Amino acid sequence: MAMDTTKLLPPLDSASGVNWLEVTWMAFDSLMANKVRSALTMLGVIIGVASVVALIAIGTGASESITGQITSIGTNLMMVMPGSSSNRAPGMSTSARTLTLDDAKAIEALNLPIVGVGPQFGMTAQIVAPAADKNVTITGAAVAAQTIQNLTVANGRFFNEDEVKSASAVIVLGSTVAKDLFGKGQVIGQSVRIRDQTFRVIGVLESKGGAGSVDDTAIVPITIAHQRFPNARTPDGNAYVVSSIALAVKNKEDVDAVQSRIGILLRERHRLKANGSEDDFNIMNQASMLSMLTTITTLLTALLAAIAGISLLVGGIGIMNIMLVSVTERTREIGLRKAVGAQSRDILLQFIFEAIALSLSGGVIGLALGSIVALLVTLSGLLSASVSLGAAALAMGFSVAVGVFFGIYPARRASRLNPIDALRYE
Amino acid sequence: MDTAIIAINELSKTYQMGTVKVDALKQVSFAILRGEFVAIMGPSGSGKSTLMNLLGCLDTPTSGQYQLDGVETARLSDNELAQVRARKLGFIFQQYNLLPRQSALRNVEMPLIYRGVSAQERRQRAETALQIVGMDERTHHRPNELSGGQQQRVAIARALVGSPAVMLADEPTGALDTTTSAEIMGFLQTLNREQGLTVIVVTHERDIAAYAQRILTMRDGRLVKDERN
Repeated sequence: MAMDTTKLLPPLDSASGVNWLEVTWMAFDSLMANKVRSALTMLGVIIGVASVVALIAIGTGASESITGQITSIGTNLMMVMPGSSSNRAPGMSTSARTLTLDDAKAIEALNLPIVGVGPQFGMTAQIVAPAADKNVTITGAAVAAQTIQNLTVANGRFFNEDEVKSASAVIVLGSTVAKDLFGKGQVIGQSVRIRDQTFRVIGVLESKGGAGSVDDTAIVPITIAHQRFPNARTPDGNAYVVSSIALAVKNKEDVDAVQSRIGILLRERHRLKANGSEDDFNIMNQASMLSMLTTITTLLTALLAAIAGISLLVGGIGIMNIMLVSVTERTREIGLRKAVGAQSRDILLQFIFEAIALSLSGGVIGLALGSIVALLVTLSGLLSASVSLGAAALAMGFSVAVGVFFGIYPARRASRLNPIDALRYE
Repeated sequence: MDTAIIAINELSKTYQMGTVKVDALKQVSFAILRGEFVAIMGPSGSGKSTLMNLLGCLDTPTSGQYQLDGVETARLSDNELAQVRARKLGFIFQQYNLLPRQSALRNVEMPLIYRGVSAQERRQRAETALQIVGMDERTHHRPNELSGGQQQRVAIARALVGSPAVMLADEPTGALDTTTSAEIMGFLQTLNREQGLTVIVVTHERDIAAYAQRILTMRDGRLVKDERN
């Protein structure tokens, strides 16, 4: 404890500016000094970044899975739907009853380069089996549907032309429906009831995977659907309506020609004036369906990410709040640092770096957490969600930006403190 | 050694307090020689704190000149003043003002960060400074593990570490008991005698001022007495 004035400090001339590494170190040092507070402050950014990263990954995964499903249905598929495109959201089904079975027959009579014409008429109803029941979309379809939609029968068979002509009460189940109704037991030959009509199960489709696919539907001959399901006739009662007409074009190159030919035919049949009146039907081909769905999923992903981004913003406000508290608490420290020679810029940097250190650490942890969520979703088998490099970079960039943006005000306040007042602060 | 390290000429400071102008310092002139030990005394409101702030380059005068170690400081910008403080001055405060969460060593090193000194040289100088004040056995203790007297020694080491031209002590014993006060003052005296360090102590206690070679007394913003001890 004895002083030793024989030791002498040599004169010190160097007086260059502060080393940036030094400031970074100081920032981490003071964050480590207050671990609980730093962790809680980071939490806002962690949650924000994790949800942005996870939602973008899941959204992208969902989009890819939908695209995959559409491609699996059949690449040259085309759908004619009733109702004009202007008075409904694209892709949504409609209750308009403007498309009839006769339209489908007329299309078939054109002898276009197509695989087949598949009018469909469906409804959502409850299927009752002896042991279970289930609400599913039941589609009344033609035999051609099997080829048009690439449906493979895993067990039993699809219905044939005779059964369609005679309106036989036979049903082909999607794989999920079959499993839900009969479990692992015998399916083929069993009876199910739909709206008090008994149907005999003749086939089970091969699974195509994914939500909303054919796995969750049941298919019956369109003729019995027209007889048994409600709203099967046009308002004047003269014809059977269809909810869609599916067709598969033989060659991709013919898609546009086929589409415009069918358009002309339907306008003639529906007696629409050459100019002025809008189409009362809507033809969608695979490409336009794909681009439409991609637009929708991209939009949804962006929307979800934006909502998650709001929590990142809230996290930023949390950082600003804590930084302001910290500046007040450390007024004397700031005064001291200035007294011993720190310039305003040095103090500004120190506090901005602290804010960035908080938000960036939160960003890194959030990225890890979001990636884990994406991994869990993938492992659950729902869809494959993966964090892209771009999304990771975006999250990191955003968290640094949050640190700078919300750190600059407290840091300016710190740097502008007058050393005399700051040193006297109690 | 007979050169003036501090030369102030007609130094005035006027504060605007709302609509009232307060003349805290009125045309004060004096010089302090290299290696002097000077005490500045005066009751509260006498202007000694204002004088201290100006001498410490923490504030700029309303008028007059202040030469510190050959540099005219009265018209410098805030950043230039910060550089002058870093190079030429060492501060000791009544409340020690050590950073509570850092070791004695890191506290002593701290001013050198703002002079861009390398980590290795900082450490060496800080260790030497702690040896000088006899705190080399406590380098890794935090302030709350040290007594008041020990904390003030660390603060003195922090003031010494940059080899300042002038050591400014603002009521350095205000928070210490009589025995420790005597120890700290004796210590500053030894530093002054053996290392030729210029020391300026601001105090309102005559006992403390008695350690100095020269006592400047302030009253109502004027220098009223300049006596040799």
